[in-house]
Amino acid sequence: MEETIKFRLNGKNTEAMIDPTQTLLWVLRNHFGLTGTKFGCGMGFCGACTVLMDNEPVRSCQLSVSEAAGKNVVTIEGLATNGKLHPVQKAFVEHDALQCGFCTPGMIMNATGILLKNPAPSTQQIKDGMENNLCRCGAHLRIVEAVRTASEEMKGGK
Amino acid sequence: MKEEQIEKQNYLVGDKPHGIVRRDFFKILGGGIFIFFRPWAAFDLFGLPAEQRRGLPKDYNAFLRIAEDGTVTCFTGKIEMGQGIITSLPQMMADELNVQVEKVKMVMGDTDLCPYDQGTWGSMSTRFFGPNMRAAAAEGKAVLLELASTQLGVPVSQLEVRDGIITDAKNPKSSVSYGQLAKGKKIEKFLDVKPAVEDYTKFTYVGKSYNHSDANIKVTGEAKYAGDMKLPGMVFARILRPPSHGAKLTSVDYSGAEKIAGTKVVRDGDLIAVINENRERADEAIVKIKAEYSFDEMPVNDKTIFEYMLKADSNINVLRSSGDIEAGRQASDKVFESEFHDPYLAHAAIETHTALAQLEGDKMTVWASTQSPFGLRDGIMHELGLPEEKVRVIAPFVGGGFGGKGEYQQGIEAAKLAKLTGKPVMLIWTRDEEFFYDTFHPAGVIKIKSGIDKSGFIKFWDYNLYYSGARGSDTLYDVPNSKTTHYEQKRGGSPVHPFGTGAWRAPNNNANTFAREVQIDIMATSAGMDPLEFRLKNLKDENLRACLKAVADKFGYVAGKTPGGRGIGIAIGTDAGSWVAHMAEVKVDKTTGKVQVIRIACAQDMGLCVNPEGATIQMEGCIMMGLGYTFTEEVLFEGGNIQNRGFDSYTIPRFSWLPKIDTVILERKNEPPQGGGEPAIIGIGAVIANAIFDATGARLYRMPMTPARVLEALKKV
Repeated sequence: MEETIKFRLNGKNTEAMIDPTQTLLWVLRNHFGLTGTKFGCGMGFCGACTVLMDNEPVRSCQLSVSEAAGKNVVTIEGLATNGKLHPVQKAFVEHDALQCGFCTPGMIMNATGILLKNPAPSTQQIKDGMENNLCRCGAHLRIVEAVRTASEEMKGGK
Repeated sequence: MKEEQIEKQNYLVGDKPHGIVRRDFFKILGGGIFIFFRPWAAFDLFGLPAEQRRGLPKDYNAFLRIAEDGTVTCFTGKIEMGQGIITSLPQMMADELNVQVEKVKMVMGDTDLCPYDQGTWGSMSTRFFGPNMRAAAAEGKAVLLELASTQLGVPVSQLEVRDGIITDAKNPKSSVSYGQLAKGKKIEKFLDVKPAVEDYTKFTYVGKSYNHSDANIKVTGEAKYAGDMKLPGMVFARILRPPSHGAKLTSVDYSGAEKIAGTKVVRDGDLIAVINENRERADEAIVKIKAEYSFDEMPVNDKTIFEYMLKADSNINVLRSSGDIEAGRQASDKVFESEFHDPYLAHAAIETHTALAQLEGDKMTVWASTQSPFGLRDGIMHELGLPEEKVRVIAPFVGGGFGGKGEYQQGIEAAKLAKLTGKPVMLIWTRDEEFFYDTFHPAGVIKIKSGIDKSGFIKFWDYNLYYSGARGSDTLYDVPNSKTTHYEQKRGGSPVHPFGTGAWRAPNNNANTFAREVQIDIMATSAGMDPLEFRLKNLKDENLRACLKAVADKFGYVAGKTPGGRGIGIAIGTDAGSWVAHMAEVKVDKTTGKVQVIRIACAQDMGLCVNPEGATIQMEGCIMMGLGYTFTEEVLFEGGNIQNRGFDSYTIPRFSWLPKIDTVILERKNEPPQGGGEPAIIGIGAVIANAIFDATGARLYRMPMTPARVLEALKKV
């Protein structure tokens, strides 16, 4: 039942002997210990489990790990480089764009995905792109501002 | 155990529990200066009168330690769930002790390390806990000054303190640091006195904005929540749940579940669970259990509940009464009667109730997402028959509470399963379980009769609330004849709520403010007066008047009668010691009934504001969350069966709802700090209802104000 699944995870080639039908979410959390990716609903409705797969934000609770085979997966733990926060992470800190922080990794991964596709989104495009990531604390205003700040910094070639 | 390890254990890693007994603090923590303190007033932190407190531990409430390296640690049973006290409490501490704010560490929500605290709710941490902590800090400073006086050979009056260094004012070269003073010492001090209100204007850190001190570890995924803990040999559990509240298990067959690889079924009475090292195998197994139930449900649903409440045999409790209602009616030129309905609401935190339990020897340790670590500890002691020292609860970061994590069923379930299986058990409720076992905000009915005279003065106010709580039911306005009556659950009577209910951010104040402020608006309209003018005319409360004026300024309010087609609403209220006023502008699509909120402004008087940035974030959060109960949130049910158990069917606010938000915090530097986590949510339903009326002339008496209800109200215009 188990098989070897190979993919790139946070910049490193990786493989796991694993049941390929398991969801990427629980494999990341339990097999790889990457608990920054959160379980919020397990049904793809909240976005707390969002990761990047080949630069595309995806709901890791809705994908089997076999679908990640050969792909490049980035989780919240893989976003900072050499201890330096990614511009989106930095902007979330600067804008205080979080409260309890539980939706934050998913928000940041989704925002990063948006900016990879469209480095200069309008406020409306940011809201549209973030629409299906849920935050219960109500940090929406600051999240939108943080994504805008990050886009400006990333445009500046940083 | 070193301090660093304690912190790590709390926030970063789920390493093995250590079984610390409180009296061993000193042994474990080594030297330093320790200050214990406890609530000072007849009404303590918990809001319990002193005589009801006897059963509670006589412990001092938390302690602060000045360590040999000069760092200051505050141990508190309070928890961090996004409200930001991990940032604001150190600001208060730093100012009182004259140390840099970075030197202050918090250890939170660990029942072995932190003395008793009933829970983190009611916007009480800053109001009640903060002053205690400051008093402890002041005591700590006094001890340090005494020690410095001896060491430097000069009187205390000659000493100055800055950034944790005490200096002889007459000889600046003669100085000693807190760390040096604490070295090799084991000093304990106990505080009983009520702290004096200090001159807040002298503070360095209090009153300044600080970003969340936990933001860095929350943006990197490092911050640990209960579900992120891992222990060797840990298994995941899923519990068999009834299809509805009130259903009784009649037969069960778990042979199918046991066929799923690695699955074990365990049972203790009604608690039937599957465990598996793999969470998804546990998910698979639980649905293989065949169970049958008998049903004895209440004949009520989300539509009939209001009539059901009005007909119930209630306990009638007059909460407040002044003047004579009948005389007020006689003195009135116009009389108004309204009935308001408010549904059940779910807390819907993004983190579901989660707990990891481990029984090691005879000691149970539970990491749980809870607002009440000590409540859970007591619950486990009671349910599992364990003595206090054999139960330790640790609340790591909590992924949103809003009152819903004041209950801790999941922690008791995990502890029972850990005992049954002998393994560390991780229980992460599914979203379905979360929407089923939530302790919902209770539905309620509010009936108001009121009257005004020809000059637009309110002459009487007869306020009746049914099964919704009384918080925020104060009349607020200056009314000569008023009465507030609460129709409550009769002791021994049949229950009115078909499932568990509890506190939901600013419990029931949302409904009370909605009813009161809509009624006020109805009277203003009838009096032919601008709703702001009508409020000010009938309002003596200076704090509320100041909030109204501040919000009108910020909003750029221009007086006008309603309905004026502008879509502008007003509401005021009080909560958790603070005063708030809201203004909003909406657009209503009369063909679809859809309401778009253009902007909301809120002015808040919260006394001294410790961290303006943190308080502003709370206000913004309140406003955004408030739009949920205003427009969409409503638990749908038939008997005990909750029907909307997912984010697809229970809609919470989203980015597309985001209006322009303006907040004002009134300057009140010399007033004691009040609550800030809840007040700004209370007026959202009211301000929107009043804005919809101004836009369209349609009056809404029922939350949430869905497009269908808006259309229905439009028909009556």
